[in-house]
Amino acid sequence: MERRGISTVVIQLLRPATEKVRPPRALMVPFRHGYPLGAPNDPELQRAVLTAALNLLTDQGLKPPAIVEFREQKSDDRGQMTDVR
Amino acid sequence: MGDLSEFPLKYRIFLKAYRWRRIDPVPWTPLKKPLKDCRLILVSSAGIVTSEQKPFDNSIRGGDPSIREIPSDVDVTTLIETHRSDAFDHTGIRLDPNLAFPADRLRELSAAEVIGSLNHRYLSIMGSITAPGRLIKRTIPQVAPKLGDDQVDIALLIPV
Repeated sequence: MERRGISTVVIQLLRPATEKVRPPRALMVPFRHGYPLGAPNDPELQRAVLTAALNLLTDQGLKPPAIVEFREQKSDDRGQMTDVR
Repeated sequence: MGDLSEFPLKYRIFLKAYRWRRIDPVPWTPLKKPLKDCRLILVSSAGIVTSEQKPFDNSIRGGDPSIREIPSDVDVTTLIETHRSDAFDHTGIRLDPNLAFPADRLRELSAAEVIGSLNHRYLSIMGSITAPGRLIKRTIPQVAPKLGDDQVDIALLIPV
């Protein structure tokens, strides 16, 4: 997709696989498999994860492969990120 | 969380030995315009189908490489999750498909003008495909031109 001019971002659960495959932009989430957006019927958390993933697309400081951790916040700032490349 | 230790022993052994396909060089397409002007497509590997679609064939050795197009205006409560793996808990997705196929959340983000627009079709594939060659060499080349036709700017990929 990237080679066809489409910017991609993937939400990832398994760090060892992500580091081996090396997608261009990956948001690592601290959730168990089957729960990539955190929790069912939790729109706020799901939106926070999605927003964090989308923000990787606009982060001018990232270089490929960019692996960034999502950190859930319990405040109004729910969903911050740390670059862990 | 999100660790090999979650899985039963047979899957841990398999995954440790699995030869992941390394992307090298890593392609990189910077966004050409602000998010609020971009069109997004969702690609999920949760094995989601609509009630009218043919289910994925879980008898195919190495995984069913076929793909389903799902309208972005779909009612998520009608979606059916058919992921073939027994290595993870399916309860959450079946309770709320937005957990892996967040059509409602994306509509909200579009309405809030965080993203410009949603492509009229999203894509659904089966996950845990251990032999991805057919998916990469046959299925994706059939779908990729459609994304150009759709003038998609962003692909959001969500495995489970």
